[in-house]
Amino acid sequence: MSNKSSVATAFDVQKIRRDFPILNQKIHGKPLVYLDNAATTQKPQAVIDAMVRSYAEDNANIHRGVHLLSERATRAYEESRIKVQKFLNAPDLREIIFVRGTTEAINMVAQTFGRANIGKGDEVLITEMEHHSNIVPWQLICEEKGANLKVLPITDEGELRMDLLDSLLTDRTKIVAVVHVSNSLGTINPITTIVEKAHARGIPVLVDGAQAVAHMPVDVQALGCDFYAMSGHKLFGPTGIGALWGRLPLLEKMPPYQGGGDMISAVTFKKTTYNAVPNKFEAGTPNIAGSVGLGAAIDYLNGIDFGAVQAYEAELLAYGTKALAAVPGIRMVGTASNKASILAFVMEDVHPHDIGTILDQEGVAIRTGHHCTQPLMERMCVPATARASLALYNTKEEIDALVGALARVREIFA
Amino acid sequence: MDLRDLYQEVILDHNKRPRNFRVPDPVNRKAEGYNPLCGDKITVFLYVEGDRIKDLTFQGTGCAISKASASMMTDELKGKTVGEADAFFDKFHTMLTAPATSEVEMDALGKLAVLSGVREYPMRVKCASLAWHTMKAAMKAEQEVVVSTE
Repeated sequence: MSNKSSVATAFDVQKIRRDFPILNQKIHGKPLVYLDNAATTQKPQAVIDAMVRSYAEDNANIHRGVHLLSERATRAYEESRIKVQKFLNAPDLREIIFVRGTTEAINMVAQTFGRANIGKGDEVLITEMEHHSNIVPWQLICEEKGANLKVLPITDEGELRMDLLDSLLTDRTKIVAVVHVSNSLGTINPITTIVEKAHARGIPVLVDGAQAVAHMPVDVQALGCDFYAMSGHKLFGPTGIGALWGRLPLLEKMPPYQGGGDMISAVTFKKTTYNAVPNKFEAGTPNIAGSVGLGAAIDYLNGIDFGAVQAYEAELLAYGTKALAAVPGIRMVGTASNKASILAFVMEDVHPHDIGTILDQEGVAIRTGHHCTQPLMERMCVPATARASLALYNTKEEIDALVGALARVREIFA
Repeated sequence: MDLRDLYQEVILDHNKRPRNFRVPDPVNRKAEGYNPLCGDKITVFLYVEGDRIKDLTFQGTGCAISKASASMMTDELKGKTVGEADAFFDKFHTMLTAPATSEVEMDALGKLAVLSGVREYPMRVKCASLAWHTMKAAMKAEQEVVVSTE
């Protein structure tokens, strides 16, 4: 190990790297440098093994069989729910609803809470830095109901214009939906302040936590919000599984999302009585192995000192920010004072897609494009950006490899 | 494959100094092309008189591959008849989408053969074809149309 990894005394990144089998490979003959963690994170062997075990040993449908396999599968699924509850510090287990991911969680709230509470002339407040998945679900319900979508602007640095928040919260505002950590900028938003201001007017707040959960401890009680949405695959877990946390009194009042098996308590052709929360929102056979994988990912993170992870990632981000600033012709997009994980940039005279292709030939995987935040790209006056996004297994040597590969871009486009 | 096969000098030159990067006057056909995957936007303008493409230009933002492809397309097709442009489109499209191992008639493509390296980068084929699809749409319709490569 090189002396660059001096923080390894508190946090042994090489040990962590050995837990992720995918990292040990070559891409186009160069060691893989995976810097696309905001798109999806890699999975530790423990998660892969847990999912294989689930299919190899415990596979059955849940909540219905009387046989032992069904009992085991049900227990595994419900144990994962407990793990998510503890991970988010949710007060009540019934408040954890399994979903496909953050996108489905937000759509669920828009289509249930939104449909029941948003009317003609009402308002939904989002921000200028939202991912399309926290814009479009609200647009759909606003269109349907004749409501208005309001947008809290951001600064050139990529911070919310908190000075404008009060003026955008009105008697017609039915919900505030805001991203915890921006996928395009890395900005960590002041959720508790937003919640305080919204709650002062009796407005509930939904937080899109997709990019937050892998980088900081999340405590929904401390945040004070009313809904929190997350994805397993951004948390070293599998795709196709995520969770929505919501306050029990809100969830109990909300109509169901999808109809089907498991979400009912009694069905006749005249009338159906719905199951209790959370099952009311979990129609059909869920992603059982996925929930087991998500549980294993949470177990994995519980085995690591998250404080040390945060300190390590902050050091990596600072190192990367400095290293990129030294590359001629590079401009960072997203320079908020409170940031996590994201190094987004544009390069003079080179389109991000060309950067992405050339970096890939050097083994460096980054995301290029609009990152599902087209209104944000327009706000920042860029058609697209190149984005390197960090996770706990990245190293300073990998950031050096990124910078080296950018020199190759400059060379080709000289 | 070497990156220089993709980013050949001619491509980098068209990227830096795109030809026919303007709104023509007069103009009687126009279409907008959009690649939602990367946000590339391009507008292709045509002035067609009878059966002949009298002027062909473009504007917009995009990567080096999409800009160079658009720029070289305007150079290549200006002055051709609509039928000749259609036939050239087919040849170009076949070159981009044919399996990398298959033999393609490069001679018939002239200068545009430099874009054949794109075949090796499946994620980039849409970059190279955006302007061409947009041109086709502009030729077909009198009114403005929006093309999406997704």
